[in-house]
Amino acid sequence: MDALVAQLQMQYRNYTVSLYQQGFLDDQFTELKKLQDDASPDFVAEVLSLFFEDCVKLIGNMARALDQTGTVDFSQVGASVHQLKGSSSSVGAKRVKGLCVTFKEYCEANNYEGCVRCLQQVDIEYKALQTKLQDMFNLEKQIIQAGGKVPQVDIN
Amino acid sequence: MAVGEVMRMEVPTGGDLTVSSPDLHVLAVDDSIVDRKVIERLLRISSCKVTTVESGTRALQYLGLDGNTGASDLKDLKVNLIVTDYSMPGLTGYDLLKKIKESSTFREIPVVIMSSENILTRIEQCLKEGAEDFLLKPVKLADVKRIKQLIMRNEAEDHKTLSHSNKRKLGEDVDASPSSSSSSSSHDDSSVKDFPSSKRMKSESDIFSPFI
Repeated sequence: MDALVAQLQMQYRNYTVSLYQQGFLDDQFTELKKLQDDASPDFVAEVLSLFFEDCVKLIGNMARALDQTGTVDFSQVGASVHQLKGSSSSVGAKRVKGLCVTFKEYCEANNYEGCVRCLQQVDIEYKALQTKLQDMFNLEKQIIQAGGKVPQVDIN
Repeated sequence: MAVGEVMRMEVPTGGDLTVSSPDLHVLAVDDSIVDRKVIERLLRISSCKVTTVESGTRALQYLGLDGNTGASDLKDLKVNLIVTDYSMPGLTGYDLLKKIKESSTFREIPVVIMSSENILTRIEQCLKEGAEDFLLKPVKLADVKRIKQLIMRNEAEDHKTLSHSNKRKLGEDVDASPSSSSSSSSHDDSSVKDFPSSKRMKSESDIFSPFI
């Protein structure tokens, strides 16, 4: 039992560190973890869930705004990008945030192809993060089910 | 003089300040549901009561500044601090700040602005309009702790001066701008209505209470 817990904990540590190293997460995610405790054990998962819902909504807005036959209202696209940039920043979704920065520039430049490319990338990226975090949360569950505690992972 | 001694006896150091220190009630305004969730948690974990609203308009409604009786008329729901995002559709955080500072009832409530953009002119504009502080997003626990300390310290000084002036009955000496409610000598009244601004009040208390 202990050997299993130890193994799972090591897996969890390595996985979490890799998410930071690969740029999926930044230190704002670490900040969110600080806000989680026994009284609010699912805080991080809840915030991220809201974030992913936000992604769906905002990407939908962007797609609709870019789909206008005729003139595209780039400021409308930009407004949604700005919101996504904000929420990705607040949860530590580093890659998504980075893409939003580029996306915003294309909006300001009224660059249609650039915007469409960014839209596709941002869609791929948030889904990739969602999968990675799901795997991370699953590891946490397994650790707890095996009778262990989820370790604090020191990124530095 | 005897006045000083009276104060020393009746106002023990820290006594007034810590006995009834209710949790700060913070009104957090942000159009992003993600940010609302985060700021709410940051404030709760810092032992604050929190009410979140999604827009400046809703904030004014809550305070009762839209002409109707707001929820915060109830003593329990009195707001001690407003934290608001800057960029919001409709009423911006800056617009909200102005409306609050224009209100004789609410101008004493400290307002903190949050923004994801580090624009100096924006920061200056907000501070000039009376914002207590400006937080760069993403907001961290250390930011909230710092703000809370700042607000608690200001409130403590408000209470100190209030209690001193009550004991010395300096009502007519102090430049009390006739404001809405009665001569507020209740210590619960954290938004000090008799004094024009907490910053100015600090210097008044320096003049009247050199013993502090």
